[in-house]
Amino acid sequence: MPTPRIGVFVCHCGLNIERTVDTQAVAEALSAHPGVVHVMDYDYMCSDPGQVAIKDAILEHRLTGGVVAACSPSMHEPTFRRAAEEAGLNPYLFEMANIREHCSWVHDDRDEATRKAIRIARTLIEKVKGNHPLEPVQIDHCEKCLVIGGGITGIQAALDVADAGFEVLLVEKSPALGGHMAQLSETFPTLDCSQCILAPKTVEAARHPNIRVLALSEVLDVSGYVGNYSVKIRKNPTYVDPEKCNLCGECVKVCPESTPSEFDCGLVERKAIFIPSPQSIPSSYTLDENTCLGLHPLRCSECAKVCEPGAIDFDMQPEIIEEDVAAIIVATGYELYPILNLGEYGAGDVPDVIDGLQFERLLSSSGPTGGEVRRPSDGKVPKKVVFVQCAGSRDPENHNSHCSKICCMYTAKHALLYRHAVHDGEATVFYIDVRAGGKGYEEFIQRATEDEKIRYLRGKVARIYRDGDQVVVWGVDTISGKRVEMEADLVVLAMSIDPHPSAQALARTLRISCGSEGFLKEAHPKLRPVESLTAGIFVAGAGQGPKDIPESVAQGSGAAAKAITLLVQEKLTHSPEVVSIDETVCGGCGVCVSMCPYAALSLNAAGVAECNEVLCEGCGTCVSSCPTGAAQLKNMTDTQLHEMLEVALADG
Amino acid sequence: MADERTHGFEPRIVAFLCRWCSYAGADLAGVSRMIYPPNVVPIRVNCSGRVDVTMVLSALEKGADGVLIGGCHPGDCHYVNGNYKTRRRIEVLKRALDDAGLDPRRVRLEWISASEGAKFRDTVTEFVDTIKGLGPSPVRIGATAHGES
Repeated sequence: MPTPRIGVFVCHCGLNIERTVDTQAVAEALSAHPGVVHVMDYDYMCSDPGQVAIKDAILEHRLTGGVVAACSPSMHEPTFRRAAEEAGLNPYLFEMANIREHCSWVHDDRDEATRKAIRIARTLIEKVKGNHPLEPVQIDHCEKCLVIGGGITGIQAALDVADAGFEVLLVEKSPALGGHMAQLSETFPTLDCSQCILAPKTVEAARHPNIRVLALSEVLDVSGYVGNYSVKIRKNPTYVDPEKCNLCGECVKVCPESTPSEFDCGLVERKAIFIPSPQSIPSSYTLDENTCLGLHPLRCSECAKVCEPGAIDFDMQPEIIEEDVAAIIVATGYELYPILNLGEYGAGDVPDVIDGLQFERLLSSSGPTGGEVRRPSDGKVPKKVVFVQCAGSRDPENHNSHCSKICCMYTAKHALLYRHAVHDGEATVFYIDVRAGGKGYEEFIQRATEDEKIRYLRGKVARIYRDGDQVVVWGVDTISGKRVEMEADLVVLAMSIDPHPSAQALARTLRISCGSEGFLKEAHPKLRPVESLTAGIFVAGAGQGPKDIPESVAQGSGAAAKAITLLVQEKLTHSPEVVSIDETVCGGCGVCVSMCPYAALSLNAAGVAECNEVLCEGCGTCVSSCPTGAAQLKNMTDTQLHEMLEVALADG
Repeated sequence: MADERTHGFEPRIVAFLCRWCSYAGADLAGVSRMIYPPNVVPIRVNCSGRVDVTMVLSALEKGADGVLIGGCHPGDCHYVNGNYKTRRRIEVLKRALDDAGLDPRRVRLEWISASEGAKFRDTVTEFVDTIKGLGPSPVRIGATAHGES
């Protein structure tokens, strides 16, 4: 190995680093570090002049490696590695020392922060001294995309990928596409009918030659890596042959068993054999085996007796579908925070306290009341309705701490639609603040507040209880400071938004992470909002955080664009920072083979370990279990780590 | 030693942080401008599973007063299950340290996710306090003969 000639580039990041770290002192200290031949500090190393300075230094000082002491490598590692490459130096010979996120931003004592910055930079100088030039591993990939979640986000993503010419598997857990959007009456701020704008999309997804819709299906297992994921999906039986079913509905009339309707949010019951809504896609009935008397012709089989086309098949089995996909888009959506958690608001006890989605069903022409607003307890038209915003949101002590983002808007919509339906009705909205950030949103709120029979009352509701056939709402008007007690015929709680309950387990299967409240975590909150940290897996829609329809659709398209970017490449590249085996040292014990989570290691004919670089992800678990030190991670060997520790802990 | 324990002892600590969770959690602490003590020098590894016992011992031998290992929460490992392997290794190591007369609290394994900037800050703050309470490592000051535990 040639004598190292390392260049060190210390960034001020304006004042971000300079304010707490004396960058000149850092540069000076590092200039004396063995192997360092060039040191400079500069305002913004990532700027064009900064990068030019790096390239010039590489050429002028014949550098064999470089360390940029600046921000987190997750920000600018590609920037500086590309600059090195442009100057003819292998990019893997450039490293970043994180003296911003891990130093200047988290300490306030300038001397101590400066000393720590020097230590951090020294560890990376030692690492670079042991780095070798590497070339990315090239891999072939398949050309399919998996979309998990058939709500509006997943549908949009599937359509975009399919339109680009790639095959898509669209997996939906429930019997029909459309997600919560299919349950909505009208959408803010334009008051378009939700089904009317959704149906063309679901129909298009179902008939698209590149999309295979798998409803009532779930992802069981995912293995592999970007470009080559193997997925296992279980398609649960509907017990109705969709090819034969002609939607006549005779089966529903004779079915003796009922259960609360999921689509109508439990406001009415549905039969064991059902279709969520007349527009449902796939357009076929589903026999719910948990409600059915027993899937056995001798037990009941009333549905099969009246089914003229003979579509009912009690013997239908779950189907296991195994496919290879290059990319996965996760659009698992939301669920409302359980209303039963709000006992203080009478939820579960007072039948006329309902959640926002139930109110959507009461407003919807396809709903249980045919679009007439009637309260659940006695079917009366409510003349006084109270809407409670932030029900379960922004309440870290008792419920969710986050803002659910869409409730201010849909409550205004509810109040307006209620007033359209009940002309002499009065609506009161309890709010903490009204958040209406969006195109046309503020104007929409204005429209609601200008209605003289919609009263916006700033305050928090403390308690809701029943008094005869009335509901009593107790709260505080925080503007007048007075206590408020009012009677209502119906109370609608704008429930907080939770991630879908299945998201956490799915995230584990996919090896992506969730944030503190269970929403899928993006790779970067601002710059990589639709990527997960796992290459080839993308996140979109309300599963990533509360979102309205336009934002969900935009994220669906965004995730699709990311997936397409991957699909169109001829070959994918893979980090070369993977494991190598020194065959002269390997004793062939095979411990590494059993430790590898990717089956990248095997014992070859000569009885020594061998690493498949395409499969290796570079975790290094084998390295730490290898008894001889034969397994080493390229550019992060044991020797390098020991040298790094030496300087991290040295005096001075 | 007693003097150093009470007067201005600043522990030297290294932290092996996995790239996907704990290093990113430390980044988030930075982005959120959370202040914590400057005693910890972070070393980024791909996975906490990369951290083997000899690496921790090497750090202690080179004079670390404490070693922190940060990994993804159980079930969340970017590399399937590297963190479980580390958990077992570190458990065994702590027992061995105890036998060797070194306080096992000098080695701490913590699960810190990419969204837990505050947990990173709290972990570092607490760990520095713990080590300050324990005083300089007997290895560093050449007092291994009698041990400390």
